[in-house]
Amino acid sequence: MAEAQATQKPRSPIESGTPDPFRHLHPTLRRNFGLWRSHDRPRPGVLHHTSHTGEEVWTVRVGTQRQMDLATVRSLCDIADEYADGYLRFTIRSNAEITVDDEAKLQPLIDALQRAGFPIGGTGPSVTMISHTQGWLHCDIPATDASGVVKALMDELHEEFIQERMPNRVHITTSCCQINCGGQGDIAINIQHTKPPKIQHDLVAHVCERPSVVARCPVAAIRPAVVNGQPSLEVDESKCVACGACYPPCPPMQINDPEHSKIAIWVGGNHANARGVPTFHKLAVAGLPNNPPRWPEVAEHVKRILYTYRDNARDYERVGEWIERIGWKRFFELTGLPFTKHHIENWKGSRYKLNTSAHLRF
Amino acid sequence: MSDKTYDTPNLDELESGPWPSFVTGMKRQAQDKPMLAGVLGQLEQSYTDRKGYWKGGTIGVYGYGGGIIPRFTELKDEQDNPHFPEAQEFHTMRIIPPAGMHYSTALLRDICDIWERHGSGLIALHGQTGDIMLQGITADSVQACFDELNEYGLDLGGAGPAVRTGMSCVGAARCEHSCCNEQKIHRMLVNNFLDDMHRPSLPYKFKFKVSGCANDCMNSIERSDFAVIGTWRDEIQVDQAAVQDFVRRKGRKHTIDNVVTRCPSGSLSLNDDDTLEIDNRSCVRCMHCINVMTEALAPGEDRGVTILVGGKRTLRIGDLFGTVVVPFLPLRSEQDYQRILEIAQEIVEFFAENALEHERVGEMIERIGLAEFLEAIGLEADPNMLKEPRSISYVRTDDWDEEAERWYRRQQMASEQAS
Repeated sequence: MAEAQATQKPRSPIESGTPDPFRHLHPTLRRNFGLWRSHDRPRPGVLHHTSHTGEEVWTVRVGTQRQMDLATVRSLCDIADEYADGYLRFTIRSNAEITVDDEAKLQPLIDALQRAGFPIGGTGPSVTMISHTQGWLHCDIPATDASGVVKALMDELHEEFIQERMPNRVHITTSCCQINCGGQGDIAINIQHTKPPKIQHDLVAHVCERPSVVARCPVAAIRPAVVNGQPSLEVDESKCVACGACYPPCPPMQINDPEHSKIAIWVGGNHANARGVPTFHKLAVAGLPNNPPRWPEVAEHVKRILYTYRDNARDYERVGEWIERIGWKRFFELTGLPFTKHHIENWKGSRYKLNTSAHLRF
Repeated sequence: MSDKTYDTPNLDELESGPWPSFVTGMKRQAQDKPMLAGVLGQLEQSYTDRKGYWKGGTIGVYGYGGGIIPRFTELKDEQDNPHFPEAQEFHTMRIIPPAGMHYSTALLRDICDIWERHGSGLIALHGQTGDIMLQGITADSVQACFDELNEYGLDLGGAGPAVRTGMSCVGAARCEHSCCNEQKIHRMLVNNFLDDMHRPSLPYKFKFKVSGCANDCMNSIERSDFAVIGTWRDEIQVDQAAVQDFVRRKGRKHTIDNVVTRCPSGSLSLNDDDTLEIDNRSCVRCMHCINVMTEALAPGEDRGVTILVGGKRTLRIGDLFGTVVVPFLPLRSEQDYQRILEIAQEIVEFFAENALEHERVGEMIERIGLAEFLEAIGLEADPNMLKEPRSISYVRTDDWDEEAERWYRRQQMASEQAS
């Protein structure tokens, strides 16, 4: 009896947290932990690291679709076992990296990956994989898709992934709502809502904790109201900035709109401290249609910005550094994008973004 | 369950082209896993209507309050029958990968096998917070799947107002720029907050990210509440012969245009004999020259970390960078590593007690002011925390003499420690 009860008792979790990666490291990486001396890139998509001990490794960077079926993951494992040494890692941008300890293994590994349909690249001054989120595939608040947008764009930018012919690396990100899970990017492709939420008043009282929804609004545009005799919320549409912050805590405040949720492209975000300090991306263009399955207008604008950057920036300049050098006036001229009043920041603390000098470009 | 497939003309468009297609993968997987056929059907509907059709809910495993992201379909007819019955439930399990996202193929294959037994087979490597995302499981399979993964040695990550799964760069495992043991710091921090990860009770999310140098490959300053970045205090290590070799190979103009004049603090000068002169006192440790001349230059030997607190994206008050709260913490001993943890504990505790609901730590600091925050955490103010001192005179300075005395005492202590 006691035994039966014991087996029925739910199992308590083992709170093991983050696993130790050491036993999943390639043995050469293990032996040379903290001892690396330098690296070079013998060809796009390949990193060659040399240790102070004299040992060397070659790492092949492989583009993936991020959302992978088992056969894809197992095929990466099969290749890593057969042509490499049974170890791989993933970058923050969902590229796989397979490391070998012998230069002779490199070409057969690359050949096997290419036969299996994996692009090799994303190193150095290239356009690496787009960091992205869930979108319509899995998210509960998206206005667009993520994997599909990225697939469509990476098809267009494939050559720039497999070659290193940009002035410096280009990090592109996408986000399916204005929370921007994709993060800062040299080029960031984000949903930009253009209309206040549409409220289903009969549901608000049942679904939403009204005070916390009121508190979420960054511009205090939401207030409690009684609509049709029921407690609900109302939005001061003249104040509303259509950010969608109220939608996650209160799904009856529908912000997503097939027509009016547009796409905006932002430029000049950068997380590195190399040369300049990290920077946030800035608005380049908005009002692009959310147009599945291949988002051609977005692709056209991304390529326009990307190739203007490629043709005009100096070596090592990231997109933001290039624009800082030539000035925003020239950026809008070169890209042919319109400059509008919406580019002028009016958020609190934004006055530092205005020009307080006689430094001007013509 | 049915083995029905749905027409997906929009998604089919995403099967062509050179980049690997998630649609092709999902269709292949749907042959064994009907759930994904339903998911493809619903996704096609989203592509047609330009609307999302998942809603959240509450699902967990015994003993934990987070880590599962529930998704139920909203596409139902008047009788509450789902349009895509195979995809009524499509929950995600967030699983913590090894620090640095290193895998043996054995580990990855075992994860695949367990996931094949319990779930849809769809895996995202990785989520933006750094989790392995096992996408597509029903509520009644979650506990068994977790039990098997957990017995194997894997754990659920964070969700909701909790400490989240952390991230660290490839670091010392395969990078010459590494200035600290990134994975050790990563695991020490996250694994000491597992209660705050698995039982969400903080005001809002709290993320740790660790980068081994200022290149900040983990985007920690912009994307984490607690960013740890490796750096050094002494002089850049220079192999002058390798510098001369670089100049010989790349040319003097290239070296001046791409190394010397790209130094943000004007600390570099190319000598007449093609060696490099470095003003290390002015150097801001940005990494650029070391990145470009990886054969010739390396971070100094007196290494440690900088800690920045408060980075986050837009919601609610606008984007915030992390800002420096510890300019340099030397890492010579185990005790030094422990000091990072102590600071994190102070900060998480203060955050838990003082932040408003749904307020990130950066927003809290914005509200109360950095000086107040430093006092509360027990960290000393330092010029490295600022771009420049205040310009506005609206401040009470009654205790100026005491504060000045405090500065001089600290300076004296620092010089005594150094000697």
